[in-house]
Amino acid sequence: MSEELYQQAIKDLAAEASQRLEAPDASATLDNPLCGDTVSLDLRLSQGRVAALGHGAKGCLLCKAAATVVAQAAVGLEAETAVALADRVGAMLKQGAEPPLPALAAFLAVRPHKSRHGCVLLPFKALAKALGR
Amino acid sequence: MTAPIRDAFPVLARAGFHYLDSAAMAQLPSAVVEAVAHHDLSARANVHRGLHELARRADDAYDGARQRVARFLSAEADEVVFTGGCTLALNIAALALGEKLGPGDRVVVSAAEHHSNLLPWLMLSQRKGFEVVSLPVDGDGRLRLDDLSLIDGRCRVVAVTHASNVTGAVTDIPRLAEAAHAVGAKLVVDGAQMVPHGPVDPRALGADLYAFAGHKAYGPTGIGVLWGRRELLAELPPVLWGGGMVGVVGPTDAEPLDPPERFEAGTPPVAQAVGLGVALEWMCGLDWPSVHAAEKELTRRLLAGLAGLDGVRVVGPPDLEARLPVVSFVVAGCHPHDLSHLLGERGVAVRGGAHCARPLMVALGLEEGCVRASLAPYTNRADVQALLDGLAHAIRVLR
Repeated sequence: MSEELYQQAIKDLAAEASQRLEAPDASATLDNPLCGDTVSLDLRLSQGRVAALGHGAKGCLLCKAAATVVAQAAVGLEAETAVALADRVGAMLKQGAEPPLPALAAFLAVRPHKSRHGCVLLPFKALAKALGR
Repeated sequence: MTAPIRDAFPVLARAGFHYLDSAAMAQLPSAVVEAVAHHDLSARANVHRGLHELARRADDAYDGARQRVARFLSAEADEVVFTGGCTLALNIAALALGEKLGPGDRVVVSAAEHHSNLLPWLMLSQRKGFEVVSLPVDGDGRLRLDDLSLIDGRCRVVAVTHASNVTGAVTDIPRLAEAAHAVGAKLVVDGAQMVPHGPVDPRALGADLYAFAGHKAYGPTGIGVLWGRRELLAELPPVLWGGGMVGVVGPTDAEPLDPPERFEAGTPPVAQAVGLGVALEWMCGLDWPSVHAAEKELTRRLLAGLAGLDGVRVVGPPDLEARLPVVSFVVAGCHPHDLSHLLGERGVAVRGGAHCARPLMVALGLEEGCVRASLAPYTNRADVQALLDGLAHAIRVLR
């Protein structure tokens, strides 16, 4: 079970380097008080879309991996679509919905572990918060 | 030594189960479970209100529980206030002692406090205008008592933990009592972690108020104790109002009862108090010198085992002096939450995170928290070995 949760794809995502943006249009920081995960996320916006994204994640492997997915997938999305990702990832984890992004397939193994859902959701919630939700 | 003790805890008989999270919540001996059930089946009634048979039984059970707690603390029954938990007890202490504090006054806490003994003072200081300052800790998380100049003429209260919930470091309470009393300050002690490791005499330690939780002391949840010197409790105002704690009630005012009822507004946690009384009586029956020797040996094994694992760094005192069998650690390249998860999958229950002690995490440079293994009298060698084996496995998975 642990090998599935901590599969190489997750570890590779978590190991990706991250960088904050200088002079972003919007930023947000969210904490997970349960485990101490913290995600800070910066955005540049252009014509209602995410034009650039930077982030810094201090947290567990799942949180860092999910933050990388956000960084890779959110650029180019309409703000409304990007905001909706948090709910769609929540539905994937809690209600058996399909992964809203191909890279999230690796996170299906998190479904049975309710206490870890928050780790995956945190970067997506930070994205929504940075976009004003 | 631990076999007869373990036998009292049915949950520990589960195969492949290793409970090392007692600092968060201790397990219940059968006698406590049975006492609570017996009370609810044969004496469930409100206390100090009714005249019927069940009410009389409930009164006897509740008053008897208070006497049992008093015996555990080498105290008098009217010095024992039942609360909903240690957090509530510490909040009552802060609100009652803080009522008369204001600008120019000082409360001294420490960098090792659990949020429960820090936030009540911080939040109250914002309303009252007094200052809250912290005694620093050294690199092992021990309170630095070499310079107590913060405890000066402005100091009205010193509020510190008896033992850290993260490092297990035990505080020199008599030393702080001496310093506090020398300037006329009161000493509040958070005994949540200390009490599960043997009977405590807060008066002899020099404390003025002493708080602890039932659920960490082999008792039920929803029950805690605030012990106070009789003469101090008599001076303090109630902070919660309601039934059961007032005498004369007029149209615009009310006169509170004497302690301890003064601080027990509303229906108290009766069955939980009964359970706590039985738990502490069970503790009083243990051979504590033997228990402490066994805990020390297991802690030594654990510290030695951790030292042999690649990338593991112990957080807190590296030795066995003045410490509880509570051992925290970090592993290079592995987040505490991931380690705790993987250990849990192997039946090893530990806690990972900031442990409600954010200032201590900052002081020790632990941005991502740490993993804590907390032992109890029922812990055995197999538990410690399972942790060490599980940790080696977890490190392999995560790296």
